[in-house]
Amino acid sequence: MKVVFERPKTLLEKPFTYCPGCHHGLAQRLIAEVIEELDIADRTIGVGPIGCSVYIYEFIDVDFVVGAHGRAPAIATGIKRSLPDRIVFSYQGDGDIAAIGTAEIIHAANRGELITAFFVNNAVFGMTGGQMAPTTLLGQKTKTTPLGRDPQVHGFPFRLGECLSVLEGSAYIARVALTRPQFIRQAKECIRKAFLTQMEGRGFSLVEILSPCPTNWGMSPKEAVDWLEEKMIPYFPLGELKVKGCDSREAP
Amino acid sequence: MEKILMRGNEAVAEAAVRAGCRLYFGYPITPQNEISEYLSLRLPQVGGVFLQAESEVAAIHMVYGAAATGARVMTSSSGPGVSLMQEGLSCLAAAELPCVVVNMSRGGPGVGNIQPAQSDYFQAVKGGGHGDYRLIVLAPSTVQELVDLTYRAFYLADKYRNPVEILGDGMLGQMMEPVTFREPEFPPLPPKDWAIRGKGGGHRKWIVCLDLDPKGLEELNLKLQRKYRLLEEQEANYDTFGDPEPEILLVGFGTVGRILKSVVREGMREGLKLALFRPITLFPFPRAALFEKAKGVKGILVVEMNLGQMLEDVELAVRGKVPVFFLGHTGGVIPTVSEILEHVHGLLREEIRV
Amino acid sequence: MKHHEILIAGFGGQGILFLGRVLAVAGMLEGHEVSWYPSYGPEMRGGTANCTVIISDEEIGATISDRPGVCIVMNEPSFFRFAPTVQPGGLLLVNTSLVRAKCEREDLEVLSVPANDLAKLYLDGAEVTNTIILGALLAWRPIVQRESAERALAECLRGKREKLYTLNLKALEVGWEFVEKGA
Repeated sequence: MKVVFERPKTLLEKPFTYCPGCHHGLAQRLIAEVIEELDIADRTIGVGPIGCSVYIYEFIDVDFVVGAHGRAPAIATGIKRSLPDRIVFSYQGDGDIAAIGTAEIIHAANRGELITAFFVNNAVFGMTGGQMAPTTLLGQKTKTTPLGRDPQVHGFPFRLGECLSVLEGSAYIARVALTRPQFIRQAKECIRKAFLTQMEGRGFSLVEILSPCPTNWGMSPKEAVDWLEEKMIPYFPLGELKVKGCDSREAP
Repeated sequence: MEKILMRGNEAVAEAAVRAGCRLYFGYPITPQNEISEYLSLRLPQVGGVFLQAESEVAAIHMVYGAAATGARVMTSSSGPGVSLMQEGLSCLAAAELPCVVVNMSRGGPGVGNIQPAQSDYFQAVKGGGHGDYRLIVLAPSTVQELVDLTYRAFYLADKYRNPVEILGDGMLGQMMEPVTFREPEFPPLPPKDWAIRGKGGGHRKWIVCLDLDPKGLEELNLKLQRKYRLLEEQEANYDTFGDPEPEILLVGFGTVGRILKSVVREGMREGLKLALFRPITLFPFPRAALFEKAKGVKGILVVEMNLGQMLEDVELAVRGKVPVFFLGHTGGVIPTVSEILEHVHGLLREEIRV
Repeated sequence: MKHHEILIAGFGGQGILFLGRVLAVAGMLEGHEVSWYPSYGPEMRGGTANCTVIISDEEIGATISDRPGVCIVMNEPSFFRFAPTVQPGGLLLVNTSLVRAKCEREDLEVLSVPANDLAKLYLDGAEVTNTIILGALLAWRPIVQRESAERALAECLRGKREKLYTLNLKALEVGWEFVEKGA
C-alpha cells in the first residue's frame, strides 16, 4: 500500500497536550515538516518562550533552549551569534512577543538578525487563563476586559507584522492562518520561505500564525474557527507583508 | 613580565579575552563603559562577537543564549543595569549556565549617582532575583586582582556551571594601576557535553529554566543547594594582613579592603594591634576562616561603602562571640584612612576598653 | 619613604588626564607603586577635569586624597576649588596664564608657571601646556626623574600620537628651563 501521509520524523511520537481546537499542534507540525523537508534538523536550534507555546520543545525533535517570558529573540540572538552556521528559530505567543518582549523582537528584526520567529497570535493570554493580549480585538471580552476591549482604556490591537515590516533589517514577514486546507498549504510555504530567508542570509524573518483559542474565547472549536475568520482576519489580513530579495546590510 | 598601566575597566575586558571569552553583550552605563568600548574593538580581532544590546534585559538573555551553546560569554553593567539583569541571572542560575557578569557598582538606590559604592552587596550575594539561587561573587580590590579574578571567574563559572559576578565599583573601574597578565593554570574542566549546538547525528538536548512538576523543581533546588555547599567548602577565599594577634580586626571588601590595608599599616606604625580580613569571595562568604580569625580579638570593625550589608554576614560568621562595630559611607562617599583610624581609636577608648 | 599624592585639575582639553598618566607611568617605570584616578561622568561633561596620581613605595590604599601634597591647578575654577585642600607645607603649582587670583595661604610652597604664555613664546602656541607644567614640576621637585618622564611620554604617545613626541619633549624642556633659570 502506498503511504500518502505520515507523521514527519522530526515530530516526536507523543500526543499534543493542547486544548481541543487549538492550532498550536498544527503550527508545530508544519514547522516540523519544513525542517524535515529542508533536512536541517541536525543543525536547527529552537528557542521556546513562556506561555502555551513553551511546550513546543516537547514535540519537535531538535535542540531547544527555553528562557524567560518575551526574551526568546535575545536568546536566539545569543545562540546565532555564537553558532552562525546553525538555523535558529523562536516560537512565541502574542503576549510573549508583542507585549513583554516587544523591545527584543523589534531590535532583533532591526538588526537583521539571521533568525526566524514564529508568532502564534490568538488574541488572548492563553496559559495564564484568558487575559487581554496586545492583539485582543476591540470589543473582545477577556478576563481583564470583561466589558470588551475599549480603545480609550487599552488602546488598539497591535499589528506586529506590519510594524516589523517597515524595519530595514527585516527580510521576510508573513501572516497566515490554519483554518482551511488552502490556508495550511500557504502557511507551510511561508514557513519554508522564512527558514530559507535565514539560510540565505537575507535578514530577519517572521511568520505570524493566527490561531483560535476556544478555551479562553469560550467557544466550541468550530465557533472559534468561524470567529477567527470573521473577526481576526479582517483586522489581521493574511499574506506576505514583506519579501526582500537582497541582503539589506549590503543595500545602499 | 611587562607591567602596563591600565584602567580597571579595560583590564577586566582584556583579561576576559585572554581567558577565552568570545562573546560580549552589553548596554552603556557609567562607570563601566570602557569595558564595552574596549571589547567592541578587541573581540573582533580574535574572531569574537561584540554586540550592543537594546537594554540590559536583552543583553543578559543574549548571554543566556550564547552560554547555552557552551561559549565563554560575558556582560557588564552597573547597579541599575544589573537590577534589570536579575530576571536573566535567575534563569542562568536555574539552567546552570556559566557566564561572567561584571558590576562596576555605583551609588544607589534608584538611579542614584555614578560614584563608587558597595550598596549592591545584597543584590549580588543573596540571589538578587526571584527564586532560591546564588551567584558566585568575587570582589577584587586592585586592578591586578581584577585581572586575576577575571581568569578565575571564567574557570569557576565553567567548573560549577554557575553565573559568576565580579563585584567592583566605579573606583576600581575608572582607576589605572600597573598590571601584568599572568595566565593562570587551572585544572582541566569537564567537557561541556550539555551544550546546545544542534543535535548533529546524536540525540537532541534541551536547556530550560522551568519545571512544572513540583518534585522535579524541588530536586533542581536541592541540587543547586548541594552545589552552593560545595562552593563554601572549596572556594571560599580571603586575604589577611597585619598583626598576627590583633586587638581589632578590620573587615572590608573591594575598594574598602585596600583602604583598610593602609589603615592597618598606619595604625601599626602608631603601635596599634590591627589586622585586616578581606573576603575575596563574597559568595561563598569565608565564614569559617573569619570565625577562626576572630578568636581572641577584642572587636571587629566592618567598613563598607554602604550602610551595613556585608555586616550581616560578618555577624553570622562570628556568631556573637566578638562585638562587631560598623562604619559606613554611601552615595559615593569614600571613607578615608584618617577617618577610619580615628574610629578605631574611638573604639579602643570607649567601646572595648580592657 | 617616597609617597606623593598629586592632584591635577583644569579644563577638559588641557590634557589633565594625560599629564597624570605620564606621571603615573614614569613612577611605574621607576619601580614604584602608582595609581591614577580621574574624575568621571557628568563632571567631565561640564568641561572640568581632574585626576589624582599617587606614587609611593608602599602599596596604595586610597586612590583619592583629601589633602594632596602636590596640587597643580591649570585654570581659575580649579584654583578656587583645590588650593584650600593642599596639605600644609605642600606644593601648589599654578598656571598663572589662566589664574589671576593670588594664593593667600602662607603655609604652602607656590610655584607660578605661565604655561600658556610660555607655549606662545617658545612653541608657536602649541597645545602642550600640560607638558610644560610637568617639566616645571619635575625641575622644582623631582617626584620622578626627568628621563623617566621622557620615557613615559614616549609610552603614552605610542601609536597614533607618536608624531607629537618631539613637540612634547620640547615642552618638557621649556617648563624645565623656566624653573632652572629662576621662576
